[in-house]
Amino acid sequence: MTHLPAPEEGETILRLENIHMFFGRVAALAGVDLEVRKGEIHSIIGPNGAGKTVMMNCINGLYKPQKGRVYFKGQDITHLKPHQRAELGLSRTFQKIELFGGMTVLDNIRLGRHIHLNSGVLSGSIYLGKTKREELQSRKFIEEEIIDLLEIESIRNQTVHMLPYGLQKRVELGRALALEPELLLLDEPLAGLNLEEVEDMARFILDINEEARWKVTCILVEHDMGVVMDISHRVFVLNFGNKIVDGTPKEVQSNQEVIKAYLGEEDLYASRR
Amino acid sequence: MVASPLALEITKDLTIPKLFLSQCRKYGDRKVAMREKEFGIWRPFTWQDYYDNVKYLCLGMVSLGLQKGDKVAMIGDNRPEGLWAEMAALCAGGVGVWLFQDCMMEEVKYIIDHSDAKFFVGETQEEVDKALAIKDQCPKLEKIVWDDPKGMRNYTHESLISMKELQKLGRELDKKDPGLFERVIEQGHGDDICLLFYTSGTTALPKGALLSHWNMLTMGRNLMSVDPCYDTDDFVSYLPFAWIGEQMMSISCGLQIGYTLNFPEEPTTAREDIRQIGPHVMFAPPRLYEGMTRQVQVKYIDSTWIKRKIYEFATKVGYKVANCRFEKKPVPISFKFLHWLAYAAMQKKLKDHLGMSRLRHAYTGGAAMGPDHFRFFHALGVNLKQIYGQTEIAGISIVHRDGDVKFDTVGTPIPETEVKITEEGEILSRSPSVFQGYYKNEEATRKTLIDGWLYSGDKGFIDEDGHLVVFDRSKDVMTLSDGRPFSPQYLETRLKFSPFIQEVWVIGDKRPFITAVICIDYPVCGKWADERKLNYTSYQELSQKPEIQELVRKQIVEANKDLPTPAKIHRFLNLYKVFDADDEELTRTSKLRRAFVENRYRLIVDGLYSEDKIVHMDTTITYEDGREQRIKTDLHIMDV
Repeated sequence: MTHLPAPEEGETILRLENIHMFFGRVAALAGVDLEVRKGEIHSIIGPNGAGKTVMMNCINGLYKPQKGRVYFKGQDITHLKPHQRAELGLSRTFQKIELFGGMTVLDNIRLGRHIHLNSGVLSGSIYLGKTKREELQSRKFIEEEIIDLLEIESIRNQTVHMLPYGLQKRVELGRALALEPELLLLDEPLAGLNLEEVEDMARFILDINEEARWKVTCILVEHDMGVVMDISHRVFVLNFGNKIVDGTPKEVQSNQEVIKAYLGEEDLYASRR
Repeated sequence: MVASPLALEITKDLTIPKLFLSQCRKYGDRKVAMREKEFGIWRPFTWQDYYDNVKYLCLGMVSLGLQKGDKVAMIGDNRPEGLWAEMAALCAGGVGVWLFQDCMMEEVKYIIDHSDAKFFVGETQEEVDKALAIKDQCPKLEKIVWDDPKGMRNYTHESLISMKELQKLGRELDKKDPGLFERVIEQGHGDDICLLFYTSGTTALPKGALLSHWNMLTMGRNLMSVDPCYDTDDFVSYLPFAWIGEQMMSISCGLQIGYTLNFPEEPTTAREDIRQIGPHVMFAPPRLYEGMTRQVQVKYIDSTWIKRKIYEFATKVGYKVANCRFEKKPVPISFKFLHWLAYAAMQKKLKDHLGMSRLRHAYTGGAAMGPDHFRFFHALGVNLKQIYGQTEIAGISIVHRDGDVKFDTVGTPIPETEVKITEEGEILSRSPSVFQGYYKNEEATRKTLIDGWLYSGDKGFIDEDGHLVVFDRSKDVMTLSDGRPFSPQYLETRLKFSPFIQEVWVIGDKRPFITAVICIDYPVCGKWADERKLNYTSYQELSQKPEIQELVRKQIVEANKDLPTPAKIHRFLNLYKVFDADDEELTRTSKLRRAFVENRYRLIVDGLYSEDKIVHMDTTITYEDGREQRIKTDLHIMDV
C-alpha cells in the first residue's frame, strides 16, 4: 500500500510556542516549539524521560505549562481545561489504558460522544424529538464508522476488563474517535501489542488519517521506530526537554545529532523487536 | 404447514439461473430472500433485491467480456455479495470457482492458474492483495472485482474494478440491450458445468471436480424429498462457500425451497448471530458440533453446584431417552415425565444458547464424527443426522432418516442413489448427481468414475438394517499388532470428546502398539491451569507442563476403556502447536493429512517408538501472511 505524501504547506492546526514545564527544579520541557499541519501524522520520538508524554499532556490540557502558549486552530487554548479543548475537536488516547473496566465496549465508546449530545433532561426522559434523533444519529455513527473501522463487532457487548490488552487499546482508540476529533493525540498506541496487533493498529491510524470520512490529524508518540518512520509525515525528536530536530523521517534518520543522542550506533530501523 | 412444492420440475433443461429467475418472479418484493447482519442490525434483501443485484452484476461481467464456460474465482466471507457474484457468474453461463477464505498465496495461485479463471471476485483489500500478488503469474486472469472499499483508496491497478462500478456497467448494458439478462439465462442447459470445486486432497494437490446444473439440482431435490424444508424456514450461511455442504444448502436447496438465508456480521460473531436467528436447518462439519460440545462441557465445569446437579440429572434422562430411541424401543411413561422435567429445567435453555431451539434437522458431514458427540446432541433432543457424500457426488448420497438414526452409521441412500460395496470393501455410489470429471485431469477421472459409479476411496460396509457404515479412508486403515484392521479415526474422534483435547493424530500402522500425538485445547487447558495457579506464557510451554500431561493421560485412559489391548493407546506426547491448514497439516476442511504429518513429524514418530523420554524438535511454522518462524523445543513422551 502506498502511503499518501505529506500534505502541501497547509494551514497549521496546532502550534506550541516556547513551552516550559518544570517539576520542581527539573525542566521536563525547556522551551519547545512545535507546529503541526492539518492532515499530517506528526510523530514525537525520544528516549525514555525525554518529555514526550508531558508534551502530550500540555497539548490536551492535563498540564498547564509555566511558560509558553498553545494555539489550536489559531485560537489560544493555553488556559482552557481538557474538556473545553475536547469540545474544540482535540482527543487523545493514553499510554496506560484509561477505560472504564466495568463497562461494556459500546458504553465506553458512547461516553466519548457526550459532547455531541445536547438534548435536555425533559426530552431525554421521554425519549422524544431531539433526544431520539441524537441517539439514532449517534448509534449510526458508532456502528458504521467506529465499530466497523476497528473491527470490534464481536466484542461490542463485552465488559472491557475481560478483554485482552490489544483489544482494549483498540477500544480506547474507538472512544477517542467517538469525539469526532480534528486532532488526535496517540500516546504509545503500539506499546505492549504483538506483531499482528501492531500491524492492525498502524493500519487503523493510516485509515483515520487518510480516509476521506476522517482526515484526522494525528500526533503520535511511539517507540516502534519501524512504524514511526513508515507512517509519519514529520518526526519531532525530543531529548531532555529540548527539540533536537523536526523534519521528515528521512531528514531525521540522517541527522547526526539524533543518531548520537537517541539511537546510539544502531540502525534507525532496528525497532525494539 | 405444508411442504412447499418444488419451484419447477427438474429437467435436463433447467439450470440454477432459470430456477433463480422463476423464484424471483414468484416472490418478488413480497418475501425476504436473505438477511445480513451489518452494523449490529439484520438488514433484509427481498427476492427483488436479489434479482436486481445479480442482474446488473451479471450484465457487468458480460460487458467486460465474460463468456459461456469462463471461470469466475471467488473468495471472501459469507456475505450476500458473494452469493450474488456466484449467481451472476452462473447466469452469464460462467463457472463458479470458490476458494477458501484463508487460502495461502500458493494455493490461490494454483487454483486460479489451474482453473483458467478470467475473473476474480474478492471481498476486501486482503483478497485483492492476494489477487494482485499472483496476477503476473496467472496471465488468463483479466479482472479483479472487489466489494469493501475499506483500505482500497490508494489502489489504482488497471485490472481492478469495484462491484458498484461493475453493476453500473451492467445497468448501462441493460439500457442498451433490454432483456439481455433473461436471454443469456435462457441459453443455459442442465448439462452445462456450473461449479468447479477444488477438493481439499488429503494426499496430493487439490483436484477440480466439475459439477453440472443437473448434478446440483437433482441433489437438492433428493435431499429435500427426504427432509422437506419450507419457504418460511431460516438457514444461517456461515461456512465457507468453497465447501460443497454450504453450496448444497445455500444454492441447491435454498433456491428450490426459497427459505431465507441469513449471513452473520463477521465470522467471529457467527455463534451469537445463529442464536438470534434460530435456524430450522443446519449443516456443519463435525468440528463445529465438537466445538459446541466443548463449550457446554466447559460451562458445566465452571457453573455452580446446583446448576451442575440439574445438568447431570437432565443429561442422564436425556441419554436414557435417546438410547430408547436409538434402539427403537418405546420410552417408559416415567421417563416421559422426567424427560419433560429435564427439558423444562435444562435442555430448553441450553438449546436456545446453542441456537438450536427451532432446529428441525441438523446434519453433520464432511468428516467422521465420534459416537459420543452424536449421542450428546440426541440426549439434548437435537435431531442430528449424518450426511455422507463427496464433492464428486454434489455433496450427498446417504443420510439418516428421522426415527432411524444409528450413531455408528451414516444412514441410507437418498432417492435415485445406489450404493454398493466392492469386494475390497470400497464404497461406490451412483446417482444423477455424480460429477462430470476432474478438470484437466483425465487420469484421476478414469480412476474415480467407472461405468457411472463413483469410487469413493472410503472403506465401509452395509449393516443388517441397510445402513452404511463408513470405516475410514481406505489408505488410512491401520493394521494392529494382532493383524486386525483398525480405524485411527475412531480413536481420534473418541478422544476429541474430551474438552481438553482439540486435535489428535493416532499412529500405529503395523507397529507393536498404538501411540498418539495430542494437540491440547489452549483456552480450556489454559483456564484449567489458571485455576490451579500454573504459570505459562505460551501454548508450547503449557502443553509440556507435567500437570497438563497428566490431565491428558487421564483423558486417554478414559478413551482406552472397553478397547481390546492392541487397540489401546500406549504412549503419547503433547505437540507444541495445534495442527493447522496453513502448515498443510490439515485440509481446508480440517481433515488430518496423515502422509504429510507423518513425514513432517518423523522425529516424533521415531521418538514414540523408541526408549527415549524426550524428542528434540527444531522446525519452522508458517504464518498466514507467509512469514516463517523457527521453533526449537523439547517434547516429553508419556506412557499411558
